[in-house]
Amino acid sequence: MIPAEYYLVLSALMFFIGVFGFLTRRNLLAVLISTELVLNAVDINFAVFNAYYYPEHLEGFFFTMFAIGIAAAETAVAIAIILNVYRNMGTIRLKSLKKLKF
Amino acid sequence: MELNTHTVIFMGLALLMTVAAMLAVTTRNIMRATVYLLFVLFGTAGLYFLLHYTFLGAVQVTVYAGGIIVLFVFAALLIGKGARDFTHTSILRYIMGFTAAITGLILSVYLIFTHQFPEVKPLASVVPMNLIGNTMMGADKYNYVLPFEAVSVLLLACMVGALLIARKR
Repeated sequence: MIPAEYYLVLSALMFFIGVFGFLTRRNLLAVLISTELVLNAVDINFAVFNAYYYPEHLEGFFFTMFAIGIAAAETAVAIAIILNVYRNMGTIRLKSLKKLKF
Repeated sequence: MELNTHTVIFMGLALLMTVAAMLAVTTRNIMRATVYLLFVLFGTAGLYFLLHYTFLGAVQVTVYAGGIIVLFVFAALLIGKGARDFTHTSILRYIMGFTAAITGLILSVYLIFTHQFPEVKPLASVVPMNLIGNTMMGADKYNYVLPFEAVSVLLLACMVGALLIARKR
């Protein structure tokens, strides 16, 4: 039996690797990949809390499942937006995208 | 913690996921970053299998590793050269990001090991499939037919929206 803390430390590690990528990457697609890491870490936490502490319910299980579905929707829309940005401005480098700034 | 098969598998998955996640946020090539993300997602599916949530692991493999990665590959190939991350991040930015991440990590790990969690009641076996189906489609208390339908409408809206945003004018 693996202690629940090990899973939680692993997901915390993944979460903050995602945060690091989110803050340092210079490319819209790479930022989106970092966001996926963060989402995935949170999903692990929901499943672990459910499986270890409240196994008689399935709340965390279903929350993870709906989170996966919503993450798929979010990624599809985000990639559509990125493709559109690329088509209109010719780049997806974050530094060059200044049209929305004042 | 004694050394048995579960522990060894968990350690292997943890190592794979950590290394792949680090490479995914540091490599310059977007295609490589996508493949490293795929390894992380497979590792997560492995964790769900270890937790006896086999259905969740299957969903993770099909939706995440099968669907989202393909979307990323499509985007990287459609954007082509523009997707390469040639510009260097400034060293100040790296230090700031690293400090933010490491501070948060230390705080979270400290909280994980000092917090009094409720008593562990581990799952005896794999969650049966008919229980999952009945819970997902039931309308009683602790059943999830309403969010299920809401997600279906959301996915439809997202599909139409993505087509609308990405279509050629």
